[in-house]
Amino acid sequence: MTEQATGAHHPQPRTRGAAQQPTIVEQNVTGAQSLIRSLEEVGADTVFGIPGGAILPAYDPMMDSARVRHILVRHEQGAGHAATGYAQATGKVGVCMATSGPGATNLVTPIADAHMDSVPVVAITGQVSSKSIGTDAFQEADICGITMPITKHNWLVTDPAEIPRTIAEAFHVASTGRPGPVLVDIAKDALQARTTFVWPPQTDLPGYRPVTKPHAKQIREAAKLITQARRPVLYVGGGVLKAGATDELRVFAELTGAPVTTTLMALGAFPDSHPQHIGMPGMHGSVTAVTALQKCDLIVALGARFDDRVTGKLDSFAPHAKVVHADIDPAEIGKNRAADVPIVGDAREVLADLIVAVQAEHAAGHAGDHAAWWDDLNRWCRTYPLGYEQPADGTLSPQQVIQRIGQLAPEGTIYAAGVGQHQMWAAHFIDHERPATWLNSGGAGTMGYAVPAAMGARTGMPDRTVWAIDGDGCFQMTNQELVTCALNDIPIKVAIINNGALGMVRQWQTLFYNERYSNTVLHTGPEVLKGGSATGNGKAPCPGTRIPDFVKLAEAMGCVGLRCEDPSQLDAVIEQANAINDRPVVVDFIVHQDAMVWPMVAAGTSNDEILAARGVRPDFDDVADD
Amino acid sequence: MTKHTLSVLVENTPGILARIAALFSRRGFNIDSLAVGVTEHPDISRITIVVNVESLPLEQVTKQLNKLVNVLKIVELEDATAVQRELVLVKVRADNETRSQIVEIVKLFRAKTVDVSPEAVTIEATGSGDKLGAMLRMLEPFGIKELVQSGTIAIGRGARSITDRSLRALDRSA
Repeated sequence: MTEQATGAHHPQPRTRGAAQQPTIVEQNVTGAQSLIRSLEEVGADTVFGIPGGAILPAYDPMMDSARVRHILVRHEQGAGHAATGYAQATGKVGVCMATSGPGATNLVTPIADAHMDSVPVVAITGQVSSKSIGTDAFQEADICGITMPITKHNWLVTDPAEIPRTIAEAFHVASTGRPGPVLVDIAKDALQARTTFVWPPQTDLPGYRPVTKPHAKQIREAAKLITQARRPVLYVGGGVLKAGATDELRVFAELTGAPVTTTLMALGAFPDSHPQHIGMPGMHGSVTAVTALQKCDLIVALGARFDDRVTGKLDSFAPHAKVVHADIDPAEIGKNRAADVPIVGDAREVLADLIVAVQAEHAAGHAGDHAAWWDDLNRWCRTYPLGYEQPADGTLSPQQVIQRIGQLAPEGTIYAAGVGQHQMWAAHFIDHERPATWLNSGGAGTMGYAVPAAMGARTGMPDRTVWAIDGDGCFQMTNQELVTCALNDIPIKVAIINNGALGMVRQWQTLFYNERYSNTVLHTGPEVLKGGSATGNGKAPCPGTRIPDFVKLAEAMGCVGLRCEDPSQLDAVIEQANAINDRPVVVDFIVHQDAMVWPMVAAGTSNDEILAARGVRPDFDDVADD
Repeated sequence: MTKHTLSVLVENTPGILARIAALFSRRGFNIDSLAVGVTEHPDISRITIVVNVESLPLEQVTKQLNKLVNVLKIVELEDATAVQRELVLVKVRADNETRSQIVEIVKLFRAKTVDVSPEAVTIEATGSGDKLGAMLRMLEPFGIKELVQSGTIAIGRGARSITDRSLRALDRSA
């Protein structure tokens, strides 16, 4: 987390300890004014939301605030993902706001999404009047109960005097320790009642004490294992990005000489172009990264959680490896894979301490020799690089579209991906060189994430180019936020990788369901499909999704709509999109429908079963250590 | 699987029991028994949870519980170093012939007869689960009409208190 007014890395200011900050007291304000003043003081500059009955009192003082910009979205789900994208791009806390009942329940998906990916988001919802709670009142929903399992914590506020304290606590809990979403549900009568606004408030979180400083003995143990290992791998997760520890990671990696694999959530934490980077691990990871983890004798896990998409079948994952596991959340350590050296702490502090400890081991003459290990790694890299074939029929290759977008994008471009094939290709074929430029829905796999997340990212980073890499399936879930972008001067760019299908599901049907494409075809309705054979229709050249016409749809929403179907036009269309900065741009790339994501480890199987391409099983017989 | 008794000190806030119960169900942990009550400090409640898990999942249980913002402290109370008690109220069928035999059993287990009617006797008993189980087996043949049982509560032996430090944390933040 980067530093901000919420005080990440610092104890929450308390009246007793914060003598340097003059106390603000504003008497005879409404609870709603107190809420907006609290948001101002806590440093929230942007709120994505939609008003409605129960939250209505808050929107009146919102209109007068010069410090809080409210962006009126078109669906609450868009507000939630926008807050997430804002938080991931800026490192600050994202804020979304909705009314009670359906407004609040529409936030459930983005809250669950932010929870899985540990993104600091504060959701503020209106609740029916405190006297009506529990009576099944109009637009009543128990949103605290509903979001209990998908928030780090939540609060129901019925006393206006508690609004400043609750907002301060909410931002503190969201942004410190392992970040995550929190929800503050405020009863309408608390927003309407008269109260006194006092800042800074006295916070009261006796049960919340995240450990950030790692234990010195564990650091020494880890440094010993690291310098003794012959085949170490640094397994880097999103925690390294959230801790702002990328500089420390680079120093540490170069000091140890160990290969680095960055998970889907950590792309950009370590430059793809660095010679020690061996790619992404997991189901669609590079052959080198997956194999390195299977063959290594030491895993140094940093802010990663041994997710099933990384480990494959857990009991055959990394069978020869000892594990050093550093995470700020103690519950992650030993959850899926037992750790030989557990380290609880903030990734930045862990890495800083590890650097010193490893230097001490080196000074004592203990340095690992990894020459043979790198011989293996380099051979796998050479033999099984990431790649793709151009379609024989002259249609656009989706991988090439994404690769060219990455190559033609200005420095510092932020990418937000949806979920599916295009997400994996964007992970593979965009060069991830810097932190906080790759946003995606990793843990939850939320289709529809890309457009609103790109909107949030561009709002927080208005000087950057933001490309949403989306699929034609994902795009149809949340594209309404392009209206928000067009009306609020948020000129994002959207690439629709249009293969006319729910591509990743279709890929599984191709591989595991005998090419029976049940309900994954988006370009045609069921009647036409019944006319021919279902499988035969799947083989026909892809027309892409034409209903809706994405170009016309983009134009209808106030954006520029472009289309590209011909490989020879690819660069020109991307350049044209890059040149437009006064409006959002949507480019409909009609791509080959049978392209698949490789490498792949089939779900539930061992990572030893990785296929580099369809039917191509890497041959590692030359490895002596098996 | 083995039984573990956890004493969980929590802030006395609305919804805390729901948070804990929901955590157990969504993480797939089984609760054998649960008892909630106030402590010597009005802002702190104590929840005694008996779980039936291996030691590795138990570590996950306590770590996940610790992540709940309103949870102050978790202590596992070992059988050997703690006093564990349950309370039962049991209504046993009784007539003029059997009543005295039932009262004899009540005396043996140092239980109490709290209500008597021509057809039944109501007995109150406290003790460990084992003792209460033994008493109920003795009463079974007479006919148990109704049984109500509390969750286990437990406290460590000796002078040390598990609440001291949590109270200080609470005082600091107040």
